[in-house]
Amino acid sequence: MAHLDLDERQIERARKAAGNIADSVLRFAKEHSTVAIERAVLRLMGVEGADADGVPLPNRVVDVALKEGILGRGIALYFGNCLSKVGDPVETAKAIADKKIGLKEDFSDDRARDEAEKALKKGIARIRETVERRRALLEKLGDGGTRPLLYVIVATGNIFEDVVQAKVAARAGAQVVAIIRSTAQSLLDYVPEGITTTGYGGTYATQANFRVMRQALDEISFELGRYVRQCNYASGLCMPEMAVLGAFERLDVMLNDALYGILFRDINMQRTLIDQAFSRVVSAAGEIIINTGEDNYLTTADAVSAAHTVLASNFINEAIGKRCGLKDWQLGLGHAMQMNPMMEDMFLLEVAQAQMIRQIFKDCPIKYMPPTKYMTGNIFRGHVQDAMFGLASVITKQGIHLVGIMTEAMHTPHIHDRFLALEAQGMVMNMARHLGDEIEFKKGGIIERRAQEVLKKAMEMLEQIEKEGLFTALEQGRFANVRRSFTGGRGLEGVFKKEEGYFDAVEDLLLKSLEGQDETMGARG
Amino acid sequence: MKQWAQGADPHNIKPYGDTMGDGWVQMSFTLPVALCEEAREAAKKLAGKMGLSDVMVYHEADLGYGFSFFIIYGKCKYSVDFARIVCPKVLERKMTFDEINEFIKKQVGRPIRVIGACTGSDAHTVGIDAIMNMKGYAGEYGLERYEMFETKNLGSQVPNEKLLEEALAFKADAILVSQVVTQKDIHLSNLAELIDMVEAAGIREKVLMICGGPRITHEVALELGFDAGFGPGTTPTIVASYIAQEFAKRFGKHQIPKGKI
Repeated sequence: MAHLDLDERQIERARKAAGNIADSVLRFAKEHSTVAIERAVLRLMGVEGADADGVPLPNRVVDVALKEGILGRGIALYFGNCLSKVGDPVETAKAIADKKIGLKEDFSDDRARDEAEKALKKGIARIRETVERRRALLEKLGDGGTRPLLYVIVATGNIFEDVVQAKVAARAGAQVVAIIRSTAQSLLDYVPEGITTTGYGGTYATQANFRVMRQALDEISFELGRYVRQCNYASGLCMPEMAVLGAFERLDVMLNDALYGILFRDINMQRTLIDQAFSRVVSAAGEIIINTGEDNYLTTADAVSAAHTVLASNFINEAIGKRCGLKDWQLGLGHAMQMNPMMEDMFLLEVAQAQMIRQIFKDCPIKYMPPTKYMTGNIFRGHVQDAMFGLASVITKQGIHLVGIMTEAMHTPHIHDRFLALEAQGMVMNMARHLGDEIEFKKGGIIERRAQEVLKKAMEMLEQIEKEGLFTALEQGRFANVRRSFTGGRGLEGVFKKEEGYFDAVEDLLLKSLEGQDETMGARG
Repeated sequence: MKQWAQGADPHNIKPYGDTMGDGWVQMSFTLPVALCEEAREAAKKLAGKMGLSDVMVYHEADLGYGFSFFIIYGKCKYSVDFARIVCPKVLERKMTFDEINEFIKKQVGRPIRVIGACTGSDAHTVGIDAIMNMKGYAGEYGLERYEMFETKNLGSQVPNEKLLEEALAFKADAILVSQVVTQKDIHLSNLAELIDMVEAAGIREKVLMICGGPRITHEVALELGFDAGFGPGTTPTIVASYIAQEFAKRFGKHQIPKGKI
């Protein structure tokens, strides 16, 4: 079986450093909350919908609390206080927004706390129901069984067109369908409402759109006799809310990576690392597989010399994820090396790194992606390129394979672009399904030495970051060659320090719901 | 310079497969009808209406849910008069890294200030980074690396207002805009808006306006009011050569009064 001789002590040292980095990030996160987390708490408590102007009610309520200067103790308490008088969460939110009831009006701490817990437990029960439903469907239908799971994107801007594209893709072999969000949705500080048919470069992620797609994919799952997973984004300024909506509406996979938002969307690092900690707890409870965004670092940094930054970030994401309750099978760590396919022996380096990451995170469904950066208008060459990376992926037993599409550099995929890509990937993976079991890498050869070199550099990088902290590392541009400042970027104004008496039960309640959770299911390779 | 293969008639150019003038074309498309005999006939008929003769369906596939896919070969009936086609050229001569630095030193006498951004909601900085960043693209250094360019890359999702404001503060000689994500032609309205704003600010005559991206051509750029447009496959030295030559032509030493710069 394919196996590289990697230094276990180095892996251990890297894990230890990443653990300390994660601890310090999470300590910081724990002391803070954000407007997005508070809105997510409201959604967990049953608030949904928007006012007449389309402003979501969670935003309206949090805005009221901000104005009154009482958000520091958490919205759950004050909302619980009002809920005890009105009864229904949506009506309560409306009453607060319309100033018919004041958040602090005859406030009783005990009653507020009781009421808040009751409402939260309802939300968590809703997540549990979703989890049970998924388990039942997977039990009944399976997911096709083959690994890696074939993952494709749809991005028409219109949820109903997306459904057509998704159905055809599923029939052609797709096992995960990701609905790409409308460009720049990550920078909206609210979640749009309702079914949408106009987006740019993608389709708005809304609760209603999640439902439309889930229903369509359930139909096709029964038709095909295998469960088709839906993927969207728990990222950007609404990361925690998207995680809650994903857990409610049975999203199976969600992209979730603070580092990606910091580096490529210029979202403030404090904001999004705090948001991430909360959203990962929600995803843990919702049995959602998260996908991390390391595969994008090397679009800006040099792919060959900076490969270790991807591995280093994988270690950090693993450490943070696990501390937030995520199981190995939920950690779809990002892996794409973005090396130039025109380089001699590049395939060897690719296999080296893919195998290395597979071995280091042996129970995680690595999310593997071909190098999108080197796709051009030459769709014929691109098709072959994608096929080669499919081969690397299946040899090294990746968990989730982002199917490259030959027109990638030019437009969002047309129906037959995706069909042809799936057909080719299916063929490549099928014909080489067990090749990995038969391969042994040459001792001390190019592949093994490359993996050892990348691991060593990743370990050294992590030990350096352990000393200086993740925030400083980001300020110094250690990832993706992009520098970001501690107080720069978008969304910092939404961060606040938790005050004495902050209602801290949300994460505890969520984590408690995890007890007895199945440790083995998922998309493991 | 335009050239053609031996035996080709420059006034009647049509696709070539293996015999001059055969007109062979390959194409593929999906029809929103379920696959059946009539669907295949529809694909052939459509290819005929597109100007193909001897149409052959090489491959067909049932995509399900009322869609079918076809790969078609046929002979194109039409030809074009290649001899009469004239395109505006964006670049007179591609220079090397050293030549460009030398050229700017001699012809301009000071570094040229270039500001770049990916504007609007576009978050895809691959293009602008390839041209501007130190590392560059396809083995060529980006503008940042040149001694004779002073650069500022604003990155992704920059509103046009912000780009203009930064360009003014930076005293930019050239503005480089990248637009990658393009759905329903949003990139065109973004670019047109920027030109309007630059004109309103009264600096249009003083700066080179350049855009680039997978859907951009020089012609489209000119239509939008830019000075140049660069499509896929553009490398940093192409853009650098253009900026150096065009800037020198418009504002070079021989154009401006000598003085302390």
